[in-house]
Amino acid sequence: MDGFLEPFRYDFFRNGVAVATISGALCGLIGVYVVLRSMSYIGHGLSHSIFGGFAISTLIGVNPFLGAGVWGFGSALATTAVTNRRKIGADAAIGVITTASYALGIVAFKLAKGPKKNFDAAVFGSILGASQGDVLRVLGVSLLAGVVIFFRYRKLLFNTFDPDVAEVMGVNRFRADALLMLVLAAAILVTMNVIGVTLVAATLVIPASIARLLVDSFPRLLLLSTVLGAGCGFSGIVLSWHLYDGDLPSGPIIVLTSSFLFGLAFVASSRRARLGHVH
Amino acid sequence: MPSSSMAAEPLFDFRGASFGYNDHHSVVDDVTMQIERGDFVGIVGPSGAGKTTLLRALLGKLAPMSGTLQRAEGLRIGYVPQVESVSWDFPVTVGQAVLMARNSGRILPWRSKDEHAEILFLLEHLGLSGLENRQIRQLSGGQQQRMFIARALFGRPHVLLLDEPTSGVDVKTRHDILHLLGDLNGDGVSIVLTTHDLNGIAAHLPEVVCINRRVIGSGPPTQVLCPTVLEATFGAPMDVLIHGGLPVVVDSAANRLRTVAS
Repeated sequence: MDGFLEPFRYDFFRNGVAVATISGALCGLIGVYVVLRSMSYIGHGLSHSIFGGFAISTLIGVNPFLGAGVWGFGSALATTAVTNRRKIGADAAIGVITTASYALGIVAFKLAKGPKKNFDAAVFGSILGASQGDVLRVLGVSLLAGVVIFFRYRKLLFNTFDPDVAEVMGVNRFRADALLMLVLAAAILVTMNVIGVTLVAATLVIPASIARLLVDSFPRLLLLSTVLGAGCGFSGIVLSWHLYDGDLPSGPIIVLTSSFLFGLAFVASSRRARLGHVH
Repeated sequence: MPSSSMAAEPLFDFRGASFGYNDHHSVVDDVTMQIERGDFVGIVGPSGAGKTTLLRALLGKLAPMSGTLQRAEGLRIGYVPQVESVSWDFPVTVGQAVLMARNSGRILPWRSKDEHAEILFLLEHLGLSGLENRQIRQLSGGQQQRMFIARALFGRPHVLLLDEPTSGVDVKTRHDILHLLGDLNGDGVSIVLTTHDLNGIAAHLPEVVCINRRVIGSGPPTQVLCPTVLEATFGAPMDVLIHGGLPVVVDSAANRLRTVAS
């Protein structure tokens, strides 16, 4: 037990655990909407796009969170507009927009001549480098997401389940989409530094997908996905400390933990479906 | 159930209205008609005639390219789409799906006691008693259709708009749905639906509008469902027999083939 608690004596580890757990819960919560609207590729694309905004803001001397936030929200709205129109292949358009933004980010990072450590942290994440400021930022965005989802619960749910009918029956589709995209962009922005651009999409998609395999009720899905996201964040970072003398990066361990749980849930739900079929 | 606050003005007032999807090409032209409170109207026509376009205009998703379409002020619509339009694997129960329709006026996400009582009343009224906590995937096609109707009614609409409510269901379900809509209309709900089902309309609806890129005829089925209007609408000769005082539409070509064969 002492061995388990030992890293908690360090401030940086406590910050890391707090950020991983809270951002896991945040991504688990928003991930439900991402998965049910089949928007996984938007989550993936958006993280790459926000990386570009982050790097360019650093280069031109704007607050990177503000710059990347505006950039990310803009990309999210553009992406939604493309998805709703469906005149051209949305996945291809998003691929172009977000990959171009990512490439621009890499160039901007090189031009800014920042330390390579910052670049690696943005791309692969650095949970154990989390500061008190990171904890507060993730906490703030989580509160925002919680408030938005609580007070706009029915509208967001209707717009997710049946957007065409929702639009006719009192839901402002643009406003509902924009609200969700705002929260998604903010979540990616504050999570990116700790989980990494390349892994954010996984933290959005995997807990919600596990929960989807296990429950059929929307409120329970929101709750379970949030708890699973937090649990995977917590156990992933603790595992990364204890395995191989803490030599393993925490972001990938968090994703591998949740992927393992997804495998278990998939097998369990397949067995349940087969048994249900027999009866 | 519909609000009684709406004035006596028509719910929809079309005057020479044309609709289409770009500036140069209209799909339906020169529509002049009124849909009044308490009406129960079926819009029929062949594929490509503009039924969906007209429905989109009623839903407020298409503005007229020329002419005018006035909707009654503050009009609340209850829309019942085709059952294939959503993923039935979506993780909601019947009660949760119905609750979505009441999406303003209450800040808390969960239902109030009054809302719950109203949902139970609607489900019972629509033959869905005991299914409130059932996952929507577990409903039959007819039950899914009725769940959509319950959701639409829970939004307290002035008018129900239904997109092909009888397509893809068996004869009994079709009869049940049209009968149910007749009962709702009797309770004061205005209803407009699109359909291919001429005989279903003839048996259950007091008014029909035949369209094929324009309004060919409108009025009671006994007047409108005649060989002249039907041929102009569907582009094929049709016979109309009277059975039990109601028109029954028969494909003329099939009728002739049978006559020759016998």
